[in-house]
Amino acid sequence: MDLEFTPEQKTFRDEVRAFLRANLPKDLSDKIVHGKRMGRNDLLLWHKILHKQGWVAPTWPREFGGTGWSSTQQYIFEEECAAAGAPPLMPFGLRMVAPVIMKFGSPGQQQHFLPRILSGEDWWCQGYSEPGSGSDLASLKTRAERQGDYYLVNGQKTWTTLAQHADWIFCLVRTATDVRAQEGISFLLIDMKSPGITVRPIIMLDGEHEINEVWFENVKVPVANRVGEENKGWTYAKYLLGHERTGNAGVGFCKRWLEKLKRIAAEQGVLEDARFRDKVAQVEIDLMALEITNLRVIAAEAEKKGPGPEASMLKVKGTEIQQMLTELMMQALGVHALPWQPAALDHGYAGEIAGPAFGPPLTGDYFNFRKASIYAGSNEIQRNIISKMMLGL
Amino acid sequence: MDFTLSDEQQQLRDTLARYVAKGYAFEQRKQILKSKDGISPEAWKQLAEMGLTALGLPEELGGLPGNAVDTMVVMEVFGRGLVVEPYLATVVLGAGLVAAAGSDAQKGALLPKVAEGSLLLALASDEDGARYQPTHVKTAARKQGETYAITGDKTVVLHGAQAHTLIVSAGTSGHEHDDKGVSLFIVDRTAPGITVRDYPTHDGMRAADIAFSNARGTLLGKEGQGASLLEFAQARGIAALCAEAVGAMSAITELTLTYVKQRKQFGVPIGSFQVLQHRMADMLMYVENARSMMLLAAARADSADIAERRRAIHAAKAYIGQASRFVGQQAVQLHGGIGVTDEASVSHYFKRLTLINASFGDADHHLGKFSDLLLPGAEAPARASQAA
Repeated sequence: MDLEFTPEQKTFRDEVRAFLRANLPKDLSDKIVHGKRMGRNDLLLWHKILHKQGWVAPTWPREFGGTGWSSTQQYIFEEECAAAGAPPLMPFGLRMVAPVIMKFGSPGQQQHFLPRILSGEDWWCQGYSEPGSGSDLASLKTRAERQGDYYLVNGQKTWTTLAQHADWIFCLVRTATDVRAQEGISFLLIDMKSPGITVRPIIMLDGEHEINEVWFENVKVPVANRVGEENKGWTYAKYLLGHERTGNAGVGFCKRWLEKLKRIAAEQGVLEDARFRDKVAQVEIDLMALEITNLRVIAAEAEKKGPGPEASMLKVKGTEIQQMLTELMMQALGVHALPWQPAALDHGYAGEIAGPAFGPPLTGDYFNFRKASIYAGSNEIQRNIISKMMLGL
Repeated sequence: MDFTLSDEQQQLRDTLARYVAKGYAFEQRKQILKSKDGISPEAWKQLAEMGLTALGLPEELGGLPGNAVDTMVVMEVFGRGLVVEPYLATVVLGAGLVAAAGSDAQKGALLPKVAEGSLLLALASDEDGARYQPTHVKTAARKQGETYAITGDKTVVLHGAQAHTLIVSAGTSGHEHDDKGVSLFIVDRTAPGITVRDYPTHDGMRAADIAFSNARGTLLGKEGQGASLLEFAQARGIAALCAEAVGAMSAITELTLTYVKQRKQFGVPIGSFQVLQHRMADMLMYVENARSMMLLAAARADSADIAERRRAIHAAKAYIGQASRFVGQQAVQLHGGIGVTDEASVSHYFKRLTLINASFGDADHHLGKFSDLLLPGAEAPARASQAA
């Protein structure tokens, strides 16, 4: 047993660090570190820099343009990117639809879509949840009627993250109603420019536009854009969710946030308060445990090939820690948690700020991150998965 | 990064687990608890034959190669089997201190006997009012020629009455509460001037209050080295207890899982109720994260980097104390009435987990210590320079 990285892994880490020093634009990391608003171009810029280096898809197999890194190397890469303040890569193309296309898509779909995901040419969003179908996803009602060589899609998706930027949406749609709910679902790739699609913003509790409703009214989708077989979409959907959860511990981001919390707390003088200090200590200890558990899961996955139900543990604990960190950052502000100053979230804002300069994003971040225990399978659903898959209950 | 045990470690674990399952079953353990000394000479002989009493001691003195990870492997099995033998007191704490600080003569006199299984040791450091501060020492040692005369009262000395030789902390500067004035001594438990009061602890272990009145002891290490040696011993002891707790937590979680699958109410297994399923999912998450912290504690227990060692040990003991409390309490709760009886093994695991938390600093104590490292200027503690 050895908790240290091997010399080869340390060399790799140094290589990643050197790359980040040379290639991560200061402007971009400043926005991340200071919690500023990120636009489409900000997020795409980093994607394109990594693509140029050949590092944008560490989780992909080499034949599709992945890096061929071991799972530990992928972990090191993500942790170093997070520590340096690199923007997160949007997971919808790279980590969600791409594995499904690789595993179940036609050669034509693979050749068309995968290079465009790699290059950032196509921005993807996820059409899973509906107003009546959240945790009970299989009850979804968006219909796709087969009409010759296309489907006619009608219905509504919701909570669609960054659909306002998206070129494509991958959707679960109902193609049969006379069977069990799970057996009548198909997986469609839909061009967001198709006539009949309307995107309506949903403003979140922090006042920001991150999620949307996506409406489909007689949208024509070529049958060639169906992944795999008709009515087998649920299988593909579950495969995708397994991949989605693995990245959810967010240890690297949590580490950066923890350092930020300590800086803020020190500047606000609240570390002298033992009651507050103990909460910081507790979340740091919880994060130490999660980090090692995450590495253990990665080591186990490398042997089994592919994510297992352990990913649910990482999702639950990771999001709990993320939420505690955002809560403590807000708490450190004291009365300065109150002012809502959305204009100050724009990079380069030169106006007046009530309270400390780092204050404006923190309360909104706390409110925003209540989403973390709800999305990607609520933490209650994750506990269902743990009790069923790991405990056999 | 490697989380696998070596072939030797796996073999050690499997051999020991087989022995504990067969030779240390619940009913056999009950008999041991009832015996006069509360430990089993027969079991100790078996452990010695397996090489466990020699683990980590110098090879030229009959020892076998071993580090904190090997101790972790042993203690996890002990935790699963609720073993009450004085392994922590004798091998981890006592022999660990003698090997680290003893003179050649002291090592030669004590360690071969520990290794062969004929000598038991105990660490007498706690005093009334110390509240987990090992340097809170009122016991005093006065130099008399080559030896010292020790006077004072020690409390809750783990396996103190069963030990043949004690390692005792005492002040040599003449001032109480002086970190730099604490020294360690080797004392024969049957020497004149020593009164021992043996008692059982709630979890089936033994401990003793020991009074010293001009008892003769020889210095272990240097004068004033006691504080750093005690911290060294505590780190080893805590890493070992963390492993024992994880063993007990894993066992009690498995017991509870089996129980909720078998026990029927309202015509169905109670494990079919979502409220219990989520409770068990929380138990499992605690156990897995506790296991991670156990690995961290073992990996850092022998570290020469004092600051890194401290951080890991405080964090591990705090987390595992919290996990022990949750897992232990919920295991009893999910067992219902049977969980609060003496007859069910779940209650014995619960008691051990509870008292492991109370030993060597509980979760709140270590959370506070870890928390204090966050204070400005806490990174370079004054004591680090003279630590072992």
